[in-house]
Amino acid sequence: MKIEARLLVGVALFFLVTGVGYWFWSYEQSGTVMLIGAVLLGLVPGSYYLWWSQRMTPRPEDRDDGTLAEGAGVIGAFPSSSIWPFVMGMGLFSCALATVFGTWLLAPGFAAVFAAAIGYTVESRRGGTI
Amino acid sequence: MTLLQHRPPAGASDHPEHAEHHDEPTFVVKWLTSTDHKVIGINYMITAMVMFYLSGFMALLMRVQLSSPSGIGMSLQTYNELFTMHGSLMLYLFAGPFAFGGLANYIVPMQVGAPDMAFPRLNAFSYWLYLTGSITMLLGFLTSTGAAAFGWVAYAPLSTSAYSPGPGADLWIISLFLTGFSAVFTGVNLVATIFYLRAPGMTMWRLPIFTWNMLVTALLILIAFPVLTAAMVFLWTDRHLGTHIYSVAGGGVPVLYQNLFWFFGHPEVYILALPYFGVATEIIPVFSRKPVFGYKGLVFATIAIAALSTGVWAHHMFTTGTVLLPFFSLLSLLIAVPTGVKFFNWIGTMWRGQISFKTPMLFCVGFLLAFLMGGLTGVMLASPPIDFATHDTYFVVAHFHQVLFGTTVFAGFAGLYFWYPKMFGRMLHDGLGKAHFWTMFVGFWLTYLPQYVLGLHGMPRRVATYPAGLGWASLNVASTVGAFIIGLSFLIMLVNLWVSWRNPVPAGDNPWDGHGLEWFASSPPVHHNFEKLPPIRSERPTWDYNHPDARTIAHGHGTADYELVGAGARGASGAGDGTTDA
Ligand code: HEM
Repeated sequence: MKIEARLLVGVALFFLVTGVGYWFWSYEQSGTVMLIGAVLLGLVPGSYYLWWSQRMTPRPEDRDDGTLAEGAGVIGAFPSSSIWPFVMGMGLFSCALATVFGTWLLAPGFAAVFAAAIGYTVESRRGGTI
Repeated sequence: MTLLQHRPPAGASDHPEHAEHHDEPTFVVKWLTSTDHKVIGINYMITAMVMFYLSGFMALLMRVQLSSPSGIGMSLQTYNELFTMHGSLMLYLFAGPFAFGGLANYIVPMQVGAPDMAFPRLNAFSYWLYLTGSITMLLGFLTSTGAAAFGWVAYAPLSTSAYSPGPGADLWIISLFLTGFSAVFTGVNLVATIFYLRAPGMTMWRLPIFTWNMLVTALLILIAFPVLTAAMVFLWTDRHLGTHIYSVAGGGVPVLYQNLFWFFGHPEVYILALPYFGVATEIIPVFSRKPVFGYKGLVFATIAIAALSTGVWAHHMFTTGTVLLPFFSLLSLLIAVPTGVKFFNWIGTMWRGQISFKTPMLFCVGFLLAFLMGGLTGVMLASPPIDFATHDTYFVVAHFHQVLFGTTVFAGFAGLYFWYPKMFGRMLHDGLGKAHFWTMFVGFWLTYLPQYVLGLHGMPRRVATYPAGLGWASLNVASTVGAFIIGLSFLIMLVNLWVSWRNPVPAGDNPWDGHGLEWFASSPPVHHNFEKLPPIRSERPTWDYNHPDARTIAHGHGTADYELVGAGARGASGAGDGTTDA
């Protein structure tokens, strides 16, 4: 976890330095805002990881001498098939096309998105990640 | 063998033979419902290749038009549509998705020893967004006013409703919206997979470089793509809701669009390049029969390139005169340093290696040459005086094609030739592969070298016709001939795929004596990838397992550490199968 944390915090620090430099060099707002966004992108997960990596015992995948036996066991739930991503995708497709070809396309679009949202949830109850 | 441990995902049965066909759906249903990263990865690659062929076809049409000063009578509007769609298809729908959606999706989970991506259903969802986004963009050709025609960068105010009315432009904007989200989701997925699903012993410093590059690319995507989406939303509201974010008339600032766009656009160039660097870094060591030279150096170079690339966004706006020239010019030049490091390491990997020029390796060498040339001209362009002189000429066209074609096509198809045996369990014909390479290589240089000269003679880009009598015609003919040779080479590839489909030559699990964990799985891998894993003690676990006498020394550790790691392992005692370790 430590290296992951450092990577993300590093992203934040880099953009902090660039952002400060950029602002005082140009007083240009849009670029500075984007750079602040990038700082947050690194800082939010990075600081959490950093905090957490101090407290946890390193996982087998963090240690040079981690052995497969330590990692044996269930890793997680991986659904092997699901129709809902497709339904959700088609729903969004329809919504997107609605902005060009006519608002009526929003109706099937939203219907599909809601159906998929419910479908996802029900499926997750039975086990499965996002 | 106790050496290898089972790591089943929840729900998988204890009998691996069941895992393979527990609910194997038929073709269409499988395509619609699968959340297996391997199926999705292949879907991505097939779709991306269709986009590549379509876009290549458009390129050939353009080249035909340009082969004589007055052309074949294509209207200016059609030409504008063609180059816009060619560029957009290549960049947004082929180059990125092929590597980041296709290869990464397939290979990264295998290289870290994971059963699947962290979020399989999100992964499938990204694919559907990508596919529908691609269809959306292409739909523009079917509308009465034609497809978008404002160039792949869609500068405001050219892309506002006053100058680009019609649904083609809207479809283009929405398409970027959809594919942008697709890329972001894949990025999140990859980061989570790499952070959380590594096999024990697969520390961050043992990740294969390909995976490292994908990780850095994912971070870049997370930084850059939301900005693009925002720029597109603003553009859309300007067009339809009457806001004036980019139009001077209503108090907006057109240069804001360029700022936003290039904040995305410059990292985008590296979002396209880094995955392909990763492919090359994966292939070169395998065919040089050496571990990669300077592992950590490569990782840091990747990170440095990514970091600098976000800082140089405004160098594309040199000639607009609103930005700080020295700041960005310096950063643009600095980026040559880590890129040089990478080059050095690739050469260092090949140095004194036992190089075997199989098709994937040939493509990698082609990539190195093309990229070298493109990189050199890029450094030239990064200096403002040269940029002013050659801005918007064919010099620029030649430069970015050398870089983009060099990376995405040479290295991309190297990756295809390299991993195809793993994906389908059959080989591609090496002779046909080499024929593909050599025709493409010749065509490539013939297409783009004349364009540099044309650019220096001042031929502007994005023109459908040009004055006769300036001596440009013959160079353009050469370029067109070259383009058709490239087209021919891709027909050879289709033949190759067809041959391998009709007369399969079984590949075996590890045809190239590969390094990464993906070569430890069967070809094609079973559902959830691995039934067993080798002990992971370096960045090339499969090699270590197959060559117990020539283990990879872990970088950043002294030899003492290495002996410690090897102690008790298979081969170290000469006992054949050590049972204590792992
Ligand atoms: C088969 C090989 C290719 C040929 C013959 C070709 C040809 C062309 C031509 C004729 C243009 C228009 C130049 C102009 O009038 O300004 C163009 C533009 C462009 N091409 Fe290619 N191209 C090829 C491959 C690629 C690849 C592989 C990529 C990227 C991965 C790419 C990306 C672009 C981009 C971004 C533009 C600029 C579009 C714009 O001006 O908005 N091309 N290409």
